[in-house]
Amino acid sequence: MFGLDKKDFNLFLVVAAMALLAPFILNPFPTDSALAQFNAGYPDLMQRFVIFGIFAIGFNILFGLTGYLSFGHAAFLGVGSYSAVWVFKLLGMNVLPAIALSVVVAGLFALLIGFVSLRRSGIYFSILTLAFAQMSFNLAYSVLTPITNGETGLQLTLNDPRILGSSATADGSIPVTNLLPGLEIRSAYDLVIGPWSFTFNVGYYLCALFLLLAFYLSVRIFRSPFGMMLRAVKSNQQRMHYTGLNTRPYTLAAFVISGMYAGLAGGLMASMDPLAGAERMQWTASGEVVLMTILGGAGTLIGPVLGAGFIKYFENIFSKINDNVLHGWFAFMPDGLEDFIVTIIHPFIGKGWHLTLGILFMLVVIFLPGGLVEGGQRIAKMFRKKSEGTDTHVDAKHPAE
Amino acid sequence: MSKSNFTRRGVLKTGAMSAGGLALPTILTAASHAGYTNAPTGSTVTLGFNVPQTGPYADEGADELRAYELAVEHLNGGGDGGMLSTFSSKELDGSGILGKKVEFVTGDTQTKSDAARASAKSMIEKDGAVMITGGSSSGVAVAVQGLCQEAGVIFMAGLTHSNDTTGKDKKANGFRHFFNAYMSAAALAPVLQKLYGSDRKAYHLTADYTWGWTQEESIAAATEAMGWETVEKVKTPLAATDFSSYIAPVLNSGADVLVLNHYGGNMVNSLTNAVQFGLREKQVNGKNFEIVVPLYSRLMAKGAGENVKGIHGSTNWHWSLQDEGSKAFVKSFGTKYGFPPSQAAHTCYVQTLLYADAATRQARSTPVALRKHWKGLNSTVSATARHCIAPTITSASKMFWWCAGKKTQHPSSTFLKWSKSHLRHRSPMPPITRCLPVVNWDHVTPAHNRAA
Repeated sequence: MFGLDKKDFNLFLVVAAMALLAPFILNPFPTDSALAQFNAGYPDLMQRFVIFGIFAIGFNILFGLTGYLSFGHAAFLGVGSYSAVWVFKLLGMNVLPAIALSVVVAGLFALLIGFVSLRRSGIYFSILTLAFAQMSFNLAYSVLTPITNGETGLQLTLNDPRILGSSATADGSIPVTNLLPGLEIRSAYDLVIGPWSFTFNVGYYLCALFLLLAFYLSVRIFRSPFGMMLRAVKSNQQRMHYTGLNTRPYTLAAFVISGMYAGLAGGLMASMDPLAGAERMQWTASGEVVLMTILGGAGTLIGPVLGAGFIKYFENIFSKINDNVLHGWFAFMPDGLEDFIVTIIHPFIGKGWHLTLGILFMLVVIFLPGGLVEGGQRIAKMFRKKSEGTDTHVDAKHPAE
Repeated sequence: MSKSNFTRRGVLKTGAMSAGGLALPTILTAASHAGYTNAPTGSTVTLGFNVPQTGPYADEGADELRAYELAVEHLNGGGDGGMLSTFSSKELDGSGILGKKVEFVTGDTQTKSDAARASAKSMIEKDGAVMITGGSSSGVAVAVQGLCQEAGVIFMAGLTHSNDTTGKDKKANGFRHFFNAYMSAAALAPVLQKLYGSDRKAYHLTADYTWGWTQEESIAAATEAMGWETVEKVKTPLAATDFSSYIAPVLNSGADVLVLNHYGGNMVNSLTNAVQFGLREKQVNGKNFEIVVPLYSRLMAKGAGENVKGIHGSTNWHWSLQDEGSKAFVKSFGTKYGFPPSQAAHTCYVQTLLYADAATRQARSTPVALRKHWKGLNSTVSATARHCIAPTITSASKMFWWCAGKKTQHPSSTFLKWSKSHLRHRSPMPPITRCLPVVNWDHVTPAHNRAA
């Protein structure tokens, strides 16, 4: 259906179901239970899952298919955010023009950087993109302060013109982003079933819609002749040169497409929360998307989305566990033992979430080089001896060469 | 090539889903459930402590968190009660806030606006925090405050010294206890005039972000008003660690005062550079060259070591203050953690108690009621802003406090007398912070003060 073969369509259905039912899937524990700590089904985090999922899908089109490792993708995300916030400042609070502009601006920016960077490959390409991203970061941070508002971050104010909207609401506050007039992005509906509570948020579903579009487009690119050409670049670019083929247009196209994905993610981020800060462009942010893609499984369709979810979950849920919470969990133990256990776990939670994530990342890279997707495949294989492909198995059926 | 694979199950699923979507009732906004966002319904009330646990201000964040934990302990009736016993009002009796036990969630701002907002959002959306507080950077404070305004919860800024944290864009839910750049400037100017005269040429080096901008603007305005001339204002990147290239031009600029609008590690480095360049021994226009650091902290003075000798600046609070509230706080903090608290810790502790006190007195914790309560204290605020007290560090070991231009050696009774006389006409203010009560930005915009 929709030009997808059966397996891809099933995978698409799985992603669609996950995205649309996320408020249920991510809130498995009753609100008042001790395990509610691990619930992730609140709008902000769900939005982040999806937005970074889009970001990683786009990154995967470049890295997973062509093997070009860009270390500066956060620059496009940042540029997208800034353009979106400027639309909110100058034009009005509707998110659709903002998202459209952020995709276009990020695409142009990617064209510029890609044109220069793609003259080199391998480590030199990575370093070039890293350098460009750091340049953008520093420009945004201190040089272009009138456009980016420097370290403080670009924010909405009451003095913004907003020619298609209003500068201020009737009660004198800054207007909020909306999808349609009257339908605010932050609007949410709480569904309470017994002790459970599920939140359905307009912003989240807008992001989810874009995720599905982005995912669908990515599947089509993966399965297209264009995608095949990109894989060929990854497996042996030199051989292609010898056959008289110019690969640069293909790689540049992949670079621009993945830059536009990043711009879309940036625009969505700004639409959910109208703020753009320079730190979005920092090299750590670029590194994060590389981690997401590798953790989930580079070159697979669903891997980047899983990786993005995994990292964002750790960042937002694990960093919230503090000693107090731990003492609550282990309260049943005798005092000395309780303190001992808490001391042992302490470095791995709260501000130590990076440590936990790092360890998990190492374990995944060492034991599951194919990322979480490979983990899923192995588990599926154990259950189904026949191994006639699980949902996440698609890519193994389409080797690069 | 399309392959159709409608299955009975698939059709049912899609149908059910779209039916569910259509059946969604009128969409509610977050603020309209129980009068206000996150109104506490059970036997507990949740506060959100959003502090930098990683990044450049991690030390300050750790100290803030200690103070918050202490405040919660005291509110719930634990420990020695800290400052609570020094209140004239006995509303806070150790039974939590309005009889509800105080619980808290913590988050990491990473000193990044993005991360701070994400963390605050999860506190509001997931943990049901009724008040968000903390942070160690004005940029973050501005960002989180905007979020709290939209969400309809109270935001008590932590360590933030920018004028723009409060005072811009009508963020009525944001409150601060920490003083601001305007206050620093207003308190320092008379001191500087007395020390260095009114015929000076100042050169400004400024950290390039919201706090630096307002600090520079305030101190330049205050010193120009007393006759100083501003030779040059130079912005330095926040991430800079070597300021030699910024200090060298000062030597030939004809300026005889260098104003370092820097904080934390920035200030430690720029001051060290300035001293290395021999600025302190220089004579310009027949006067000794002087250096001024408008905002000081104990950690900075420690970092710069010998170099801070004879350099004047302002700070919000110091643990050696001898008023009852400060003594009680320093004692319980010291007992629990084994070292004296920083000014960041003090601000955070006090803000938590102020919040609890206001909620208790108004008998409800709606943002509107709290705003009304604190707005009642307005006269206080402007008076304080104008005469704000600024402790001046003249050497690492010796401290002087400047009260409206009068120098007294600390600890001194003059200081307390001064603050009491200025506090007399304000009735409902709890005597937690004798010199700098909660400042509601609405009425303490820099412009307002300048006119006054």
